[in-house]
Formats: sequence, C-alpha cells, structure tokens
Amino acid sequence: MRGILKIAYKLLVNDKGKFAALLMGITFAVFLMVMMTSMFAGILHRSSATVLNIGAKVWVMDPAVNTPANSIPMPDYVLDAVRSINGVRYAVPLYSGGALVKLRSGVYQSVTVIGLDDSSLYGRPELIEGQIEDIYAENAFVVVKDAEFRKLGNPRVGTEFEVNDHRGVIVGIARVTTSGLFGVPTLYTTFNRAISYIPSTRFTTAFILIEPKSNEAVPSIKAQVKALGYEALTKDEFIQKTSNFYKYQTGVGTNVLIMTVISFIVGLSISGQTFYTFILENLEKFGALKAIGAKGKELVYMILFQATFTSLAGYGLGIGLASLLITVARLRLPSYAAMITFVNLGFAFVMVLVIAGISSYIGVRKVLRIEPFDIFRG
Amino acid sequence: MADLAMRATELVKWFGEGDAKTVAVRGVSFDANFGEMLYIVGPSGSGKTTLLSIISGILRPNEGTVSVEDEDIWNMKSDQLAEFRLNRVGFVFQDYHLFPRLTTVENVAIPLILKRLDWNKSMDEAMGFLEIVGLKDRARLPPVKLSGGEQQRVAIARAIASRPDILIFDEPTASLDGDTGRRIVDFVKKNILNEKRCIIIVTHDSRIFEYADRIMKMEDGRITGFEQGVGHEE
Repeated sequence: MRGILKIAYKLLVNDKGKFAALLMGITFAVFLMVMMTSMFAGILHRSSATVLNIGAKVWVMDPAVNTPANSIPMPDYVLDAVRSINGVRYAVPLYSGGALVKLRSGVYQSVTVIGLDDSSLYGRPELIEGQIEDIYAENAFVVVKDAEFRKLGNPRVGTEFEVNDHRGVIVGIARVTTSGLFGVPTLYTTFNRAISYIPSTRFTTAFILIEPKSNEAVPSIKAQVKALGYEALTKDEFIQKTSNFYKYQTGVGTNVLIMTVISFIVGLSISGQTFYTFILENLEKFGALKAIGAKGKELVYMILFQATFTSLAGYGLGIGLASLLITVARLRLPSYAAMITFVNLGFAFVMVLVIAGISSYIGVRKVLRIEPFDIFRG
Repeated sequence: MADLAMRATELVKWFGEGDAKTVAVRGVSFDANFGEMLYIVGPSGSGKTTLLSIISGILRPNEGTVSVEDEDIWNMKSDQLAEFRLNRVGFVFQDYHLFPRLTTVENVAIPLILKRLDWNKSMDEAMGFLEIVGLKDRARLPPVKLSGGEQQRVAIARAIASRPDILIFDEPTASLDGDTGRRIVDFVKKNILNEKRCIIIVTHDSRIFEYADRIMKMEDGRITGFEQGVGHEE
C-alpha cells in the first residue's frame, strides 16, 4: 500500500500548480478560521482578566452582573451575611471601578482601580518590584505591568500622579496573568483607599470574594447566597458567564461565527474546486490504473491520501501563518487580543477534515464511476 | 497444437435498451493461443474494441463466456477480476495513458507497485523492462519528454512489467507514423512475443498486417473470417 500512496503523493505534488492552489486554499481557510477564533478567544480571555488575576474561588455579586467590568455595588450587610454562612472560611470585599488619573506630564488617563481587602489583601498580584506591604503607605498604589503599562508613562516605584485630586504614588510594579480587555492600565490599592479616593455610589462593595472551607461547601454557599437575593459563582462559572455575555449578547460571537463560516466556505470552495479539477484532469489515468488492475479501494485510498495530505499540510501552514501574524502583531501592538487555544486548533482541524472529506468524496465518486472501457473507447 | 491462452464463446454485448439498443458484439467465438500474434481487424464500429474489453476482463458481456485456464473470468468477483487484469493481462492503450507527473521508470513500475512489490525493487525491475525496450537511458525523464515511438515503448514496458501471458494492444500504430509503427510491431514480435505469451492486437492499419500470425476479421459485431497471417510460421 505504501507504494500506491507514494504514487498518489507524486501525482499530487508533481502537479505543482494545482498543488500550490490546493495548499493556498486550505492554508487561507485555516488561517482565517484560526485568526477569527483566536481573536475571539483572546477577547473572551481578557474579558475575564479580573477574575483570573484575583483568583478567588467564589465570587458574590448582584445577579444582574454580566462581567467583572460592570459591577453593581452591594450593601455592606451582604458582606456580613456572607461571612456568617456555614462553609465560608473567610469573605472579603473587592472594589473594582474606573477612575481618571492625571500624570506628571499633565495627560489624563483612564485606569481600572482594584481595591483589595485592607486586612488580608486577598487577590493581591505578584510584585516584580517593591514590597506588597508598602500598599499600606500613604497614597500607595501598585501598577500592573501589562500591555497598557506604557499608557501611564512607564512609571517606576516612586512615580507620582493625581487621582481625583488625591496624590497617588507607585509603590510596586506587579505582574498578572492576563491584561484587561478595554485597553486601560490597572492600579491596585486597598479597599478603603479606593472608596475614599474615587467618587463612589452609596454602596461600595463590587464583589465579595469567598474562600470556602472546602469544595463540597460551595453548593451550599451558593444556595444561601441566592437566598439573600445575590448570586455566588465559582471562578469558572463567572468566566463562563462573562464569555456567554460576550458571545450571545454583544454580537461579537455572531460576527466571529459568520466570519468563521465564510472562511470555511472560501477554503472549501477553493480546495474543493481545485481538487475536483485535479481529479477530472487525472480521470483517464485513474481509469487506466483500473484497467491495469488497481482495485476500487486502492483508488479510494489514493484520493483520500491526496486530500488528507494536502489538508494537513495546509492546516500546518495556516496555523504557522496565524501564529506568525499574532506574534508580529503582539510585538507591534502589545494589547492585541488574540490567543491560539487547543480548542481553536481542534476546531480548525475538524473543519479541515470536513474540507478534505467533502473534496475527496467528490473525487472518489467521480473515480469510482469511471469505466476502464471508456479508456479503450478514447 | 499450440496451447490455448484464452477461449471466447458466443459473446454478445449490447448497449442501451429499447429503440436505443445497439448490439456491438453478436455471438463471437474464437480461441487465442500462446505464441501467436492475433490481429482483430475491421472497420470502425465493427465491435473490435468492445470485444477487446470483454476478453480482457474490463467490460461484462450480456451473454457468453471468456475462459482462461478453464475458468470463466466473468464468474469472478470485481476484486478477482482486477487481480486477473493485473497478473494475466497487459494493456497497451491507443493513447498510451502514461502518467505525465511520474518519471518513465515510475510509469513502468506501476503494475509492480500494484502487485505490492517494494518501491525500490519495483524501480529496479522496471529499469530492466526499460532496458528490454531500449529506453534505460530515458528512465528519469517524464514521458512528455519522449517521442511518440518512445512513449509507445514505455507503454509496452509497463504492459509486460507484470509478466502477463496475454498482451492486448489497442490500435498500437494509430498515433505513430508508418515507419515507427512498423518498427514497434516488429520489435514486439521479435522481443516480447514468446511461446508462453499471446498477443492480441486490435488494428485497422494494414501496414502492420505482415506481422500477424492470424487475422480475425470483424464486421457489424460478427466474425467474418480468419486469415493466416504472413508472419505465421509453421
């Protein structure tokens, strides 16, 4: 069988024009599909940046909250009520809100301010410069060194700025897993400083972060929080809820889906048509092979091999091209939100297999129908 | 008496149904023997090609049998028929049907590869067959770089590569000029035909009749007679 497949391989790759067109079609389709889904994955990932970076196991929020960026402040009694729930090891408030800072240069810059619980600093980021204890110092803020860091003028420890007419000082530079989605820098401070420096509504607790005594306690905690009229979600559930919001309620998901389907159709059209032409041009030769003594299944293997080989080569090239573009884009635009995940790769792989399947189905049908007698008739 | 290579008995083949029904072969019976070069001749539409396809296991007849070693090939299943064509029959098509994307030696090796021979061994053997047809030095070229006569010889090398005992030529001189056509048939007669091989040639080129051992004449789907060829040796 290897010899027959080698013939199939040579018939395919030695027809350089057709092979290049086939490869281009599939590469292009994979590239587009991977780019679309990667951008979407990047957006979804970044939309949950706060949840990922804080890392709390259970989050309590108003049921109307869809994403960590749009919190609805809760009254203080909710925090007390949550702390009294059986199964809660401890619960702390989290402030999350937007503010405008004035840099030393006079430029105003929007920022996201995360206010950590004063006593525990639960959810604190990993510092690459400075000491976390310094966050208790007067006017202290920790800045996150992410893609948006430069928008604050690449601050260093000791850099000063103004926030709502208050003096702010950078006391540490932190590293987080994920940058935010909205292109604004992030500052960490204590909860009390956040609510006193930043104009706030009557209620100030954006989220309550819970450390449960055990994983088994989570369902009961969720039920009791629900009885309070609020919602408790595990980290994964909150990420999922955020993803669902962007997927189904913003139009982003639909648009990406449409673009992905278009990419698939474009790839299928190019490669399907080219492969069909390739088969048509070689039809007499396949007929001659049949006359010589090739069995139907051997011809099917040849076509399947050709379609699969082209598809996998195109898949590899498409992934490579997408990775290259994302890498280059990130070098130029640090906030570029695209992320290749195994799900993206798997999805594109399945789509490529579908393209290969449909292309080879057309070819196989044609080849199996050719009668060797037609070769004699000319 | 010569050994029997193949026996066709009362072969009938028609195409279409009702008013569109055309009978291409009408009750044809004949024997082909090892060591002979049998010509099937007749005007266009006389049923030569249809008959050739039936006896080579390509086109199923509506009636009649084709026996090789006392076995009716049309009782075989499709995979067995493919095996039969691969191992017992060698084809030289009118338009050669060589693969332009493969080299000459790879073209010749195709039947060997279909027989599941190792790639390198197939190439070595194919080179031997190219040597027989005098084209060893052209082995690495694609067939499109060869002349018509050379392509015909490559097709012959491919046809004999599986060492078949029945060789079938469909209009072997149709695409060649007179001299080249005669040289090819002369070559086949002298180098390819032997006492363990039967060669059946469909042609209407009278310039090569001199090489035939027997000539079977066909007209309107029937055999109209046999002639002893000039090339026949008692």
